[in-house]
Amino acid sequence: MQTITNDNWLLTVGTFLPLVGVLLMMFIPASEEKTHKQIGILTSAVTAAVGVYTLLRFDFGQSENLQFFVDSEWITVIKSNYTIGLDGISLPLYFLSMVVTLLVMIYTWDNMPDAGNPKSFIILMLVLQVGMAGSFIAQDLILFFVFFEVVLLPMYFMIGVWGGDDRQYASLKFFLYTMFGSALMLVAFLALFFQTGAESFSFAHLMEAGALIDRDVQIWIFAGMFVGFAVKVPMFPFHTWLPDAHTQAPTQGSVILAAILLKLGTYGFVRIAIPMLPQGAKAWAPVIGILAVIGIIYGALGCLAQTDMKRLIAFSSVAHMGFVMLGISTLTDFGINAALFGMVAHGLITGMLFFVAGSVKHRYHTLEISRLSGMLIQMPRLGWILGFASMASLGLPGLAGFWGEFPAILSAYNPNFGLSEVLFRTLMVIAAIGTVFAAAYLLWLYQRTAFGRPNPEFDQHAHPVGAGVDDEHHEADIHDVTKIEWIAWTPFLIAIVVFGVYPQLMFGVMDPAVSLLIERVGAGIP
Amino acid sequence: MLAATLSTGWFLENAWLIPLVPAIGFLFIIFFGKKMPQNGSEIGIVSIGISLAIAIGATFQWIDRVNSASGGGEHTATGFFGTLRAIFPSATETGEHAASFVEPVVKSWTWWQSGGLEFGLGQHIDGLSIMLLLLVTFISFLVQIYSTEYVSGDRRYTHFFASLTLFSAGMLVMVLAENMLQLILGWEIMGLCSFMLIGHWWEEEANSRAALKAFFTVRVGDVGLLVGTAIIFFGANDWAVEHGSNGFSIRGISAWALSGEASQSVLFWGGVALFIASIGKSGQFPLHTWLPDAMAGPTPVSSLLHSSTMVVAGVFLVARLYPVFFVGFDILDTSVNFITIIGGITIIVAAALAFVQDDIKKVLAYSTVSQLGYMMLGLGVGAWLPAVFHIFTHAFFKCALFLGAGSISHSGSHHSFDMKKDMGGLAKKMPITAATWMVSTAALCGIPFFSGFFSKDEIIDNASHNGYQFFYYLALVGAFMTPAYMTRATYLTFFGKPRGAAAGEHHDDGHDDAHGGAHADHDDHHGDAHDDHGAHDDHGAHHGPHESPWRITAPLIVLSILAIGSGYLNAPAFGTHYFTDWVEPVGVEVALDDGYDYASSEDEHASVVLAAVQAEETDGYSSEAKGCGFADPADGTVCYAPKLSHATFSWSKAMPSIILVFAGILFSAWVCMGIYGDRKNPLVGLTSKFAPARWVHTLLVNKYYLDHLYEKIIVFAFAHPIAKAAYWVNQNILDGIVDSVGRGGRATGEWVYRNVDQRVVDGAVNASGLAASEGGHALQPVQSGKVNQYGALLFGAATVGAIVLILVNI
Amino acid sequence: MYAVNFLILAALLFAIGVFGVIARRNAVMVLMSIELILNSVNLNLIAFAMMNNSPEGHVFALYVIAVAAAEVGVGLAMVLMIYRNRRSIALDELSVMKG
Repeated sequence: MQTITNDNWLLTVGTFLPLVGVLLMMFIPASEEKTHKQIGILTSAVTAAVGVYTLLRFDFGQSENLQFFVDSEWITVIKSNYTIGLDGISLPLYFLSMVVTLLVMIYTWDNMPDAGNPKSFIILMLVLQVGMAGSFIAQDLILFFVFFEVVLLPMYFMIGVWGGDDRQYASLKFFLYTMFGSALMLVAFLALFFQTGAESFSFAHLMEAGALIDRDVQIWIFAGMFVGFAVKVPMFPFHTWLPDAHTQAPTQGSVILAAILLKLGTYGFVRIAIPMLPQGAKAWAPVIGILAVIGIIYGALGCLAQTDMKRLIAFSSVAHMGFVMLGISTLTDFGINAALFGMVAHGLITGMLFFVAGSVKHRYHTLEISRLSGMLIQMPRLGWILGFASMASLGLPGLAGFWGEFPAILSAYNPNFGLSEVLFRTLMVIAAIGTVFAAAYLLWLYQRTAFGRPNPEFDQHAHPVGAGVDDEHHEADIHDVTKIEWIAWTPFLIAIVVFGVYPQLMFGVMDPAVSLLIERVGAGIP
Repeated sequence: MLAATLSTGWFLENAWLIPLVPAIGFLFIIFFGKKMPQNGSEIGIVSIGISLAIAIGATFQWIDRVNSASGGGEHTATGFFGTLRAIFPSATETGEHAASFVEPVVKSWTWWQSGGLEFGLGQHIDGLSIMLLLLVTFISFLVQIYSTEYVSGDRRYTHFFASLTLFSAGMLVMVLAENMLQLILGWEIMGLCSFMLIGHWWEEEANSRAALKAFFTVRVGDVGLLVGTAIIFFGANDWAVEHGSNGFSIRGISAWALSGEASQSVLFWGGVALFIASIGKSGQFPLHTWLPDAMAGPTPVSSLLHSSTMVVAGVFLVARLYPVFFVGFDILDTSVNFITIIGGITIIVAAALAFVQDDIKKVLAYSTVSQLGYMMLGLGVGAWLPAVFHIFTHAFFKCALFLGAGSISHSGSHHSFDMKKDMGGLAKKMPITAATWMVSTAALCGIPFFSGFFSKDEIIDNASHNGYQFFYYLALVGAFMTPAYMTRATYLTFFGKPRGAAAGEHHDDGHDDAHGGAHADHDDHHGDAHDDHGAHDDHGAHHGPHESPWRITAPLIVLSILAIGSGYLNAPAFGTHYFTDWVEPVGVEVALDDGYDYASSEDEHASVVLAAVQAEETDGYSSEAKGCGFADPADGTVCYAPKLSHATFSWSKAMPSIILVFAGILFSAWVCMGIYGDRKNPLVGLTSKFAPARWVHTLLVNKYYLDHLYEKIIVFAFAHPIAKAAYWVNQNILDGIVDSVGRGGRATGEWVYRNVDQRVVDGAVNASGLAASEGGHALQPVQSGKVNQYGALLFGAATVGAIVLILVNI
Repeated sequence: MYAVNFLILAALLFAIGVFGVIARRNAVMVLMSIELILNSVNLNLIAFAMMNNSPEGHVFALYVIAVAAAEVGVGLAMVLMIYRNRRSIALDELSVMKG
């Protein structure tokens, strides 16, 4: 792997820029809510602009190499460096985190959660953005761990302060669960560090040295990382924090959680656990595959049992991340490509679904599926968007969701490195059956909420778009998609279609990097 | 005849425009439709019209290509009229079948690549796809024209046309798919559109449930499509890549399946999985239950769905990948296989259900299911061409029947589809509709000289010819049942005494239950959107059954003409076999040119593949001994289609089915007149008098309880107990573990706090304090406050210290 | 040799001083006894300085004299205050500082 150091200020600037906004907001009193929102949007817009510039400067011909590479001393005592870089695997996620933050900021303009206090809310989101972007560029274990943990606290507060009725429980559960995983993960990191001779925490070094560790030791270290990342993904049976966190989190929190935070786990598998411990990965792959498929079916069944729209979407995440993990567990470049695509697609689609759920809640003040009905009559555009996102989520070809799902299923037919074909083919069939369930719960949701006639308790003449948007006093003010919502959502909708129609956009970036990765893994397996 | 240069042309090379135009049309309708003077329907019609024009052009050029192949390029005509002249001579001039393999026009662009695999988008134009392209665009075009009248004034008129256009685009994408992935794309787009169209009047729960059921049932089959594609892909890929293709390419798969190097078990399981997809899509038993429910959609949708798109997709899949099934199921070596079993069962099961329907559209729906069974049976017994031909003829007369039913409900029965309540005696009031209906029914029944006869009889004949004797008899039973139920429907609709709405009665609420309330919606919303229907009701004086306007009758007339005429393209009784020549891929070995690369995606440029070298000439169809599908192709050659033999037609062989058809008509007419005409006939009340008849009737009315099985048992089980149980496990066991770990942690904390922290650690601290305090109290008396005493103590202590010092030092 | 005499004298003075501190009830007398003790120490310092032939002892003696003067000053002032408050300087009657 070569490293390219051109323009290497870009990543540092792109990652830490939100802190400038945070600093600025510190000096402005909390009562100036509008100013804070403006600063929030502006900061994230500038950050996203840096992201776009990064995209332009990125050399797509060499997406397997780390670009914008920086390696400077940081904490010399523990041999940890400030090593950052971007390649084809991290670029889509890095960019996605910036865009999602920007769009969520824009959405916040009109849809501040009930607890108010935009100053702290926006500061937290900006800090969150630093953590997310940092996790994707870090090329040093300690640095990665720091960013990984930075993410935790803002999310804890977002759920705990701006969440729903049961927010205390949900936020604590989220925090403790993730901390538990992180603890094991840190132990695994340290074990890896010492087993490789305590020389360096840099990814490049550990990838070379990690493969030489004894197989049994690798398996144990992998177990630690597995728990840490699996909690974050979340994989069955470590998923139980997710529905609570999603349901209780404010819309913005749900969107960020679904779009980016869950990806930290899968990204960790692809970037850290598998290449650094190839033999451990091979030993664990069947377990991951089985748990992934259980997650697919189980998440879908969980969805069918839900009465709350948001909780249903949350459970669908478990199922979808199951497809991602199935792709990863095959250890094929094809499967990991599918997984990476699935990560971005799931981020876009489920993020969109949470946006819609948030807007439904905003209008109806409830998410009980049995009480909602006839949305297509009252809010035709919102109904269409919900239908569109549902269709994308259930894996309709031509929309982004399909390219994460189908190739993952396909890859399971022929797993790499002599993994059991019988097992993975069985998993393939079960996963394919999972797509039926996906269709079942999403269409069922759509039929119940969008079709039919509006529930009499909300029946009123629909407002034209834009009218009475700020009229907070009006109970159950049911209006169609507002201008701000359009601005925040359109990029999602466009991206879902564009990636669905031309998946090469993303596969082309990832493929070389993933091929190289699998090559290295293959070299580490005798 | 080596290296025959095949003619091609602009239309053939650019056939990929055919689906693209409606797809773009769809976007235009969605974004600009409402602003157009005709609310977007004109965009739909124009875009389908353009596709139709391209498809017609491509058809002529394809025919030209076929002729140039068989005639060694003699007929390579230039210009349109030259092409026209070149179309028909082959039969009369040579009198023998074209024996060379006509290279399809394949193009491919790289769509995406991942992990060293490439996926393309492109076109694969051969006889089958040309036939379906023409058919789909043509039928869609007529249906759209018909719809402008039929759904005019509907509140979602624009959306209706958008979905209809996208639906056609999806089918077209699938039909010219170059590879499996593109096929899946088109397949699923159709699924989505069927959901939108069947649920078009989604205000009523019944309709949205039907839409859900359609999508969901098909989706169950799609598991097979995904799995089958994966199996076939990994089976074929290595071989195909070696031969310049890949495991998704239709050609690669076909050639691989016939190469003799394919593993039988891979082909078998791949075939089974793909056929499950076909079962779902084509409404074969036991997944046929969604089709009749899909009648909840507007009638034009039903006609489109049931004639040339959607349900045909499953048959098309089997026909398209025929080598896989042919080898995988050993089609010509056995007398029973998976496809024939399903097809055979479907014919009988669906036809039986058609007898007990009161809804005219449901009769037609079950009839479609039954006819699809024929197509499947045909494919299963190795009668590839008759099956495909049956797709072709069936499309016209079934479309005409559905549109006829729509015409009746539109103008004759006041939006009701209930034959028993609202129809009868309509023949006099709606002569055009009745005439076209009769013609189409005759075609469907397989009465000689109508198109259905030529296709269906060929299937039946070939079943026996290829050794599938049991299915031959089964198909004959079906041939008896088809005219019987159609006669019943015809009788109830057009003859006898007018009833209900057909008699001019008003009963706006009476037919709600008859048809899922699809049109009940219209009545509820008279004022706002249904101007046209409102206008109908205002006819006042001559309200009641009347003939439909031209936009409805014109498509009917065109279709009914084709319902007769289309059969003569391949009427062995008259010695015509144009259809065979044009459509059937000849199963001969084809040499692979050196450096020949039909995937042709190296430089990401589209390239037209033309050159294939005729390797070996075979002498006609009759040679049974060897050929593609029976022996492995020689080195350097590949097969793209199995070598199939055809039964030779003779009137004597056709006699049994002809007799049965007329028997069916007569018997049914007699029974119908008995039951529905004469109240005193002994047949009336047969079901209540005669127990076995009652049981059969109950079984049929309940649709073999399959819906019960699916909805009440399987779906219910998943949606309720199983999902609830899983969720219960989640909340109580998994989450319970987490929570109890949390609670345990807290309890441990409390225990530690109470016992360790408070008692041991804090105890020690407190104890030291206490000790100090007690010690202080003990020493209190020393602190007398008397200076003298202090002095004494001071000096005493100093003395003691001094003594100790001295002692230590000594 | 003769230094021993100084030391014996100093020890005698010290013993008298200690007796005075412990036995006398009059505060002034106690102060004077403390003075005796201090002077016995001074005597010792000077005697040792002579024995070792070094000037430090003298310096310390002078320093102690200065401290003693200050101490007597403070002590007498305290005695005066006590007398003013209680009209008595008998130490055995003073037990305010009893613990």
